[in-house]
Amino acid sequence: MFPLVPDLISDELNLIVALLIGIAFGFVLEQAGFSSSKKLAGVFYGYDFTVIRVFFTAGVTAMSGVIILGYIGWLDTDFIYINPTYLEGAILGGVIMGFGFIIGGYCPGTSVCGAAIGKIDAMFFVGGGLIGVFLFAEGYPMFENIYMASFLGNIRIFNSLGMSQGVFALLLIVVAVVTFIMTTKIERKVNAEGPAKDFHPHSHRLAGTGIILLGVVLLFLPDRKERLVGKVSDENFVQTHSVQTMTSDELAFRILDGDHRLQIVDVRDGKEFDSASLPGAINIKTGQLFQKEFTEILGQKHRKKVFIAADEHSEKIAALLAQEIGYENLCVLKGGLAEFTASILKYTKLGTISTREEIDTDRFRSKASGAIALLIKESKNKPAKPAALIKKVAGGC
Amino acid sequence: MKTHYMNPYAAGFLLGLTLLAAIVITGRGLGASGALKSSVVATVHTVAPQHAAASKFYSENLKALHDNPLKAWLVFEVLGVVIGGFLSGVVSDRLTFQTERGPRISNSARLGFALIGGALFGLGSQFARGCTSGAALSGMAVLSTGGIITMAAIFGTGYAVAYFFRKLWI
Repeated sequence: MFPLVPDLISDELNLIVALLIGIAFGFVLEQAGFSSSKKLAGVFYGYDFTVIRVFFTAGVTAMSGVIILGYIGWLDTDFIYINPTYLEGAILGGVIMGFGFIIGGYCPGTSVCGAAIGKIDAMFFVGGGLIGVFLFAEGYPMFENIYMASFLGNIRIFNSLGMSQGVFALLLIVVAVVTFIMTTKIERKVNAEGPAKDFHPHSHRLAGTGIILLGVVLLFLPDRKERLVGKVSDENFVQTHSVQTMTSDELAFRILDGDHRLQIVDVRDGKEFDSASLPGAINIKTGQLFQKEFTEILGQKHRKKVFIAADEHSEKIAALLAQEIGYENLCVLKGGLAEFTASILKYTKLGTISTREEIDTDRFRSKASGAIALLIKESKNKPAKPAALIKKVAGGC
Repeated sequence: MKTHYMNPYAAGFLLGLTLLAAIVITGRGLGASGALKSSVVATVHTVAPQHAAASKFYSENLKALHDNPLKAWLVFEVLGVVIGGFLSGVVSDRLTFQTERGPRISNSARLGFALIGGALFGLGSQFARGCTSGAALSGMAVLSTGGIITMAAIFGTGYAVAYFFRKLWI
């Protein structure tokens, strides 16, 4: 369902959304006191830990929201912008920004906010920011190597650390709460007049307990993708759930018939698909079933999607996963491509043929064998369909 | 002058909801330094178009922004920050022209350091592909490895060198 961009919100409307979100962002930053450089710098000297409190609370709130909405399937986490990881750039940039923070007393967002209420130092900081970007732009040929070094993809921290999303979320929340407690103790020692003076211990303790409980809940909310893939990898689940099957003969007949109510979905690897697949088949590997670009094809209710793979078991796993994702009108090829190849493509008359039915089957298979082989040959010569053009959500700072 | 700010946890919660709204509606988090980049690219593109066309940095960014660097999401978002910050200043009666500084430095020194700090932040945000909002905060919300590394590097460096810059603040 979400995100709404780019499918439901146009580029122009998205700019209006940007403005509205920016207004909320600026208002909250200013209300929190982030328009004041003295307050911001306090985080490094212990006299005011507002930055840590606001920052961590915001991060935990948004992260929990993303996990919960992803779990119930409202937010397509495959489709949101995950900041890419370039190791050297992330570290070097962070170190330079750390110096910038302590020397300048602001960061870009807070400086804009401070400038908006008349802080002259914030205006100088914004001006400096423009100079800094200009320096990077002019020095780009020199910086490019380190800027592009060690690209690790759009990886997520829990994968990097080899733990589940829930475990990391709980850890982060515990670290946040411990930090809140420690920094409040430190602040009270350093600055008796600091913001912690106004805290009500009772409500803060309650809030702390609350978010730790939230963390425990998150522990049991795997990513929807993780959860569904886990479900269909369980042999027990596969055995106890059935999927409609289609026989090789029916599939062959429908292919020759040019049946428009049929969509063949080849779930094998791209290499196997390229070397030989059935006419009109689309290649969607099992792991790709979640991808948004395939919702149009898989979501057509009037078309029967028949999943094909080398063996029926792999087909069934893919079909069950598609079913769990919410697609309808699915079936698998009985016996997999192995049986289809044996009984149709490489059909050879076996034993005696006596009954009427056997005679019909023999006649059909002999005919289909050659005809489908021809169709496969033709479809192989055709240039592959370009992958559906998909607008990706753009992001970045 | 004593002014009252919102409880930081309440503010953090509201900020988190704003960030979540951005992610849910638009698929992307918040940001700020991207608007600085757009402004620089737009300025250079206007003032020295040939230079911009010859440079890989400018031409790639121009292409990414469809030759119209000011019609970018982050530019509108940062315009919103200006409006939102101003409205909050009105509501809480905090609109004044002033320079904030530590007790041991002069106004002009503070402004000089603000300029230098801004330049460092601008430079660093390009290396890290985002600043405190775009890389650290938004990166944490979507659990991006790079974003969390950048967050640790910003705050880690801040604490590591705070002692040497104490005269600026305390």
